[in-house]
Amino acid sequence: MSGARDHSHDHGHGHAPHPFQPDIEDAPLTHHQLLALAVGELLVDKGVFTGYDLRRQIEDMDSRSPASGAKLVARAWTDAAFKDRLLQDTNKAAAELGIDAGTIPIMTVENMPDTHNVIVCTLCSCYPRLLLGLPPDWYKSRAYRSRMVREPRAVLAEFGTAIPGDVAVKVHDSTAELRYLVLPMRPTGSDGMDEAALAGLVTRDCMIGVAVPDAPDH
Amino acid sequence: MLAAPPSLSHTRRMSVDKEAHMRRHHDMGGLEAGPVERREHDYAPWEKRVDAIMRLLSDPKRRILRVDELRRGIEALGPGAYDELSYYERWIASIADNLIEKGVITIDELGRRMAEIEARHEAERAKGRAE
Amino acid sequence: MSVGKRFPVGARVRIRRAFPPGHVRAPWYLRGLTGEVCHVVGEFRNPEELAYGRNDGAKLTLYRVRFRQTDIWPDYAGPAHDTLEVEIYGNWMEPAEEKAA
Repeated sequence: MSGARDHSHDHGHGHAPHPFQPDIEDAPLTHHQLLALAVGELLVDKGVFTGYDLRRQIEDMDSRSPASGAKLVARAWTDAAFKDRLLQDTNKAAAELGIDAGTIPIMTVENMPDTHNVIVCTLCSCYPRLLLGLPPDWYKSRAYRSRMVREPRAVLAEFGTAIPGDVAVKVHDSTAELRYLVLPMRPTGSDGMDEAALAGLVTRDCMIGVAVPDAPDH
Repeated sequence: MLAAPPSLSHTRRMSVDKEAHMRRHHDMGGLEAGPVERREHDYAPWEKRVDAIMRLLSDPKRRILRVDELRRGIEALGPGAYDELSYYERWIASIADNLIEKGVITIDELGRRMAEIEARHEAERAKGRAE
Repeated sequence: MSVGKRFPVGARVRIRRAFPPGHVRAPWYLRGLTGEVCHVVGEFRNPEELAYGRNDGAKLTLYRVRFRQTDIWPDYAGPAHDTLEVEIYGNWMEPAEEKAA
C-alpha cells in the first residue's frame, strides 16, 4: 500500500489512522511530563514568557500542516515565474501566498525527469515545520536517519516508491542552517485542474521526497 | 576520473576509523538498521508544550536557549537515554539541563514544582475516581 | 578565528579526517571524503561555539557539497549517478587534489 495514496484520499490534510492515545489524565505523570509542566510554569512565574504566549505558540504549531507546502507546489506548477522565485528564496515566495515560513531559510529542490530528491536529517530531525507541520515519527527514527543516506532506493521502495535506474536519486542531509522542501513533478493527466485541486495531489510525503504525487483519478 | 578505485582503501580506512575514531551516538548516517516503521502519532499536549517552550526560549526576542545548545544537550544525554527516551523526552531533558546550567532555574525550585504538580495531579485523579 | 580559504562553486574539497568530541555538524560518514562545492550558502556563526553559549565568535562560510554515493559507500547498491548533498562549514573543508584528466 502506498503512503502517497493514503494521503491523497484525504487531499493532503489527513494521515493514516493514528494509534489510540490513552487518556493522559487517567495515568500518573511521567518524569518527563512533570519536567515539561514544571519548566513551563516556572518560566511563566519568572516572566520569561506568559501563559498566553505558550498557548499561542501551541495554537500556531497546530495550525501548520502540509497544506501550506502543497499551496506553494500547486502555484509553482501553474506559474513558471513563481516557481523561479520559489527556488530562489522559498521563505519570500511563501509570503507572497500569505504563508509565514519563518526566518530559518528553506531551500526548495526541484524533481526533474532525470533527478529525484529526498530529504533526511541524519544528525537530528531538521524539517521545514512551518510549511509541513510537525514531522512524522518515522522521519526521526534511527532506521530512516541511518539508511536513507546509504541505501535511499531501498528505503524509497519500502515507501512504495520505485525510482528507475536512469533517474538519479539525490539525497539531501539537512546538516546545518537550511531546511528542505521537495518540489515534486506535476503528474500527467493533471492538465486543466485548478490550483486547489492540484494542491490536493501534493501530500506531505511528496514534499519530503519519499513519495511522488499520484496521477489524478478521473 | 580518479586513478585508482577508492573502494579498497576506503573500506580499510573505514574499519580503522571504527576502532580509532569515536562516532557519537546521534551521528547515525550510514549505520545498519531494520525496516523503517511507518509509525505516526498525534502529538500529546505535553509534547506540544515542550515544542512551544523551546520556540519561545529561542525566539530572537529572548535568545535564552539556542537550538545548537538544545542539540548539544540531547547529544550529551548519552546512548542509553538517547535510545530509551522519546523525541520530546530528550528535548525536555536537554532544555531542563541547559536552563539549570544557565541559572535560569534552580534544581531546588524545579524539584519542588515537580513534586507540587505531581501532588496536584494525583489529587485530581483521586477526585475523578471518587465521582 | 580564521574562516580559512574561500572555496568557489565547483571546487573539489575534502572533509577533514578529524574526530573531535563535542557538538560537531560534519557527519561521521563523510570524514576524509572528497566532494564538489555546489553552492555557497552564506556566513553563519559556528555551531561548535554556539552550542556552548558562545555567541560572539567569527562567522564561518557555509557550503553545500555534493558527493557521489559510490565514493561514500564501497557497497553502494545503486547507479553511479546517485549523489548526496550536505551543508558543511568551511572549517571542516580543505582543498582536494584536482581530478586526474
